[in-house]
Amino acid sequence: MIVAERKPIEEIMGFAKNCKKILMVGCNECVTVCYAGGRKEVAILASALKMAFKKDGKGLEVTEVTLERQCDHEYLEEIRNIVDEHDAIVSLACGVGVQFMAEKYLTTPVFPGVNTRFMGVTEESGVWSERCQGCGECILGQTAGICPISRCAKRLLNGPCGGSTNGKCEINKDLDCAWQLIIDRLKALDRLDDYEEIIPIKDWSTERAGGPRKVVREDLKQ
Amino acid sequence: MRLSYPDSIRIIRLPCTGKIDVIHIMEAFEKGADGVYVAGCLEGECHFIKGNLRARKRVEYTKKLLDDIGVGGERLEMYNIAASDGPRFAAVAREMHGKITALGPSPIKKSL
Ligand code: SF4
Ligand code: SF4
Repeated sequence: MIVAERKPIEEIMGFAKNCKKILMVGCNECVTVCYAGGRKEVAILASALKMAFKKDGKGLEVTEVTLERQCDHEYLEEIRNIVDEHDAIVSLACGVGVQFMAEKYLTTPVFPGVNTRFMGVTEESGVWSERCQGCGECILGQTAGICPISRCAKRLLNGPCGGSTNGKCEINKDLDCAWQLIIDRLKALDRLDDYEEIIPIKDWSTERAGGPRKVVREDLKQ
Repeated sequence: MRLSYPDSIRIIRLPCTGKIDVIHIMEAFEKGADGVYVAGCLEGECHFIKGNLRARKRVEYTKKLLDDIGVGGERLEMYNIAASDGPRFAAVAREMHGKITALGPSPIKKSL
């Protein structure tokens, strides 16, 4: 999932400062699971903003809506009839949802309510960590299912580096060395021979370095 | 025991403080409460094991939120009181009442 965190209230208050009525839109998927932008977080943020405004003697009306997703037309269309009644939209979806919203509703300003952090997992309740950087050319098949692009601080394809100590990375002693994890897993799979194979230079043009990316499936396109 | 406690206090019952959520506390303030305290069982004595510990963390989170919006996190507290300890319940009520009285009305109240 996409992992996000609520922006500081002060920043969101700044976005809304000249508004009388805002539409606050949550997303029912990734940001609900990481407690950043689901129905509950929309309610909390709406309540906080209304109080902050009241304290300054101003009124603020907040319409709360949570859509199934904000990265698909069909769900974003559900608010079409009410957008115009509002001075601004605050979207609590990831950056994808915020942008799709802004592309669709051209005359109403759209502001982000969260900072989008990464693609990751729920390690345990309240703890999320990064797993994938969407490099466009997945090498997990060669690395025992552990991604050195997203989990090695240096994105080494043939690690570890000399900074790996007792299984931890030199940038942070609480961070597992991705290459130690890879070696341990290859060992457990009795595939250590794979470790001897040098992973060739990666084609980074499929990553962000190659510019914004797009996937087209002619068989599905209309 | 017939102990008295300040009549400014409204009690909202929950099956366990672990049921409390940030939004419940926020709504109490939004509706004009000058202060809120969560009274949980003693730590280590939760019937549901961690309910009161979770409640304390949520209270801490909400305090920060109240600070951020200028309502003031000091208007919210968490107390642990044994279910059988009536005198302490009354003492906490008086303590919180005194504290909130000293702080004065909630800053959002004037415009309600
Ligand atoms: S808009 Fe973002 S948070 Fe919502 S479902 Fe799509 S990717 Fe996930
Ligand atoms: S190799 Fe690329 S696609 Fe595969 S997990 Fe790592 S970053 Fe993601």
